[in-house]
Amino acid sequence: MSAHFQRNDIDSNSSVFKISGVLNSKSVGPVWRQAMLALDDNPPKNLTIDTSEVEYCDGAGIGLFIELNRRQNEKKFGFEIVGLKEEFQRLLNVFDTGKGIQKLKGPEKQEDGLFVNWGKSFCSLLKQLSEEIIFIGSLSCAMIQAIRSPKKKIRWKDMWGAVIEGGIGALPIVVLINFLVGLIMAFQAAIPMKQFGADIFVADLVSLSILRELGPLMTAIVLAGRTGSAFAAELGTMKVNEEIDALHTMGLNPINFLVINRVFAVIIFMPILTLFADLAGLMGGSVVFTSFGYPMITYFNQIINAVQLHDFLGGFVKSFAFALIIASVGCLKGLETKTGASAVGKSATNAVVTGLILIILTDGIFSIIYYFLGI
Amino acid sequence: MTEKKKIIEARNMSVGYGDTVILKEVTFHVNEGEIFIILGGSGCGKSTLLKNLIGLYDIISGDALIDGQNIGKAEGQELVNIFNKIGVSYQSGALFGSMTLLENVMLPLEEFTDLPQDAREMIAAMKLRLVNLEGFEHFMPSEISGGMQKRAAIARSMALDPQIIFLDEPSAGLDPITSAELDQLIMRLAKNLGITFVIVTHELDSVFTIADRCIFLDKVSKGIIAEGHPKELKEHSKVDFVKRFFNREVETNQKEKI
Ligand SMILES: Nc1ncnc2c1ncn2[C@@H]1O[C@H](COP(=O)(O)OP(=O)(O)O)[C@@H](O)[C@H]1O
Ligand SMILES: [Mg+2]
Repeated sequence: MSAHFQRNDIDSNSSVFKISGVLNSKSVGPVWRQAMLALDDNPPKNLTIDTSEVEYCDGAGIGLFIELNRRQNEKKFGFEIVGLKEEFQRLLNVFDTGKGIQKLKGPEKQEDGLFVNWGKSFCSLLKQLSEEIIFIGSLSCAMIQAIRSPKKKIRWKDMWGAVIEGGIGALPIVVLINFLVGLIMAFQAAIPMKQFGADIFVADLVSLSILRELGPLMTAIVLAGRTGSAFAAELGTMKVNEEIDALHTMGLNPINFLVINRVFAVIIFMPILTLFADLAGLMGGSVVFTSFGYPMITYFNQIINAVQLHDFLGGFVKSFAFALIIASVGCLKGLETKTGASAVGKSATNAVVTGLILIILTDGIFSIIYYFLGI
Repeated sequence: MTEKKKIIEARNMSVGYGDTVILKEVTFHVNEGEIFIILGGSGCGKSTLLKNLIGLYDIISGDALIDGQNIGKAEGQELVNIFNKIGVSYQSGALFGSMTLLENVMLPLEEFTDLPQDAREMIAAMKLRLVNLEGFEHFMPSEISGGMQKRAAIARSMALDPQIIFLDEPSAGLDPITSAELDQLIMRLAKNLGITFVIVTHELDSVFTIADRCIFLDKVSKGIIAEGHPKELKEHSKVDFVKRFFNREVETNQKEKI
């Protein structure tokens, strides 16, 4: 089953394209290319399409005829189809509106100069920035109001749902990851430290870095991927389904209604998860430590000597800040969702990326603050 | 006869998204207690107009007034007061997916009244019964069909007994009987309670049955091309397209080919 193309020049001005065989979307490709090439090569003033041997023709074949016709019309040259079977003629009539089909144009775009483009993207950046500032402002207001009258302003049922879903659900992965981080770190450090007989200090190294940095940070990274994206997708879907609009016209503020309880939920479970993360990291370190033949009690003694309360608290305080970032970025990106299902995916991605960047930045800022405070 | 009160007024409203203007400087009004229909081909900006009328988007230029209050300029409590006068059912239903139908309808009652719990449940169940959803009170929106979601959304829009109800394609996806029942309901509410309806729809049957007045939007001219009672427009409209729309005719040269 295939289509064939043959060009017969009658004289210098007229030619006949003989198109035959089966013209459907599977077979018409080669013929289409040959016909267009032939037309470009040496455009005949009068073109006749001989279709007497077409066995079958559907929309794809008709498309070929219409395109040939259009090209000839463009140059104001003649065009004629002969020998088309009655049934295919009817098909042609359905598609050929008689007005002639214009070549498809892309959406009209004015080409802007480089500077106009820069200006435009700068403006849109400013606009986005101002939107985020407005969001942060109204979120802070709403949080203060909520803390003042928690009974009325917080939707407790939704909040506990989020705590259970986001907090308890994340516990296994947070514990696993931090356990492995502690274990790997201890193992990597032990090899060189053993050469100097300093392997007992592995406990100091593991405990300080887990409690001050890695425990809160790894937990935040896991939650940015898990909870941040979930919030963005949930609110994004609501936006696409016009549910956010519905809230507005009921006179309910989406920030009070949807964002506050999520932010508080994360602020509640994030520090608790961080505690578990710290513990798991220390356990991971202990596995390596005890395998050197030290008893467990030595590990704990070593840690208690090395770690002071502010080391632990420093990490713990950070987890509140991370919680605020993850929840608010997730919600903001969700509420910013444009229309369409693909927009939801984009929002979730944005929430994770923005969340991670902000987490790292905040972590850096905390390090600087702690450095100057001498902690 | 006294002049009827204009409950909604659009004055030179231009609406659109970002830089693209969808409708340019449209002016019309809706009288109190009227069933007002917005017609037009799909994609001509009916939903966009509706959402601008209820203050969801920033109007590009011009004003929208609801009961004398400018929705674009209202803020805070004033805006909430306007919102409590209107009920909206969106094109996609927009039920809250995490709540049952009953909870959906009860939500506005919870937020804006101090009725006891059982009274709220009773009222919400009553509204669901009004749209023939008795027995589905405890279903989640994902467990019912699209047409039923539409009806539940209509019930929710009526939860606070608003003065004005906006419906975006309420009968899309409904079977003819339910759709006719919905028409009856709308007429009953309009005639007995004096509720004003602003409805976007394509159902010609229902337009002819319920409409007091309609406007016809056009994508090309970005404005209103006809205004009046549908029966009048069907017979006397000067605009060929409007006449054909009401008579369900296609363009003449396409008809010949068939
Ligand atoms: N969120 C949006 N962003 C940009 N353009 C939109 C958006 N929503 C709709 N449009 C455009 O606005 C026009 C009107 O849409 P709409 O009001 O939904 O039409 P309809 O009359 O069918 O309800 C359409 O041409 C559509 O392409
Ligand atoms: Mg619409």
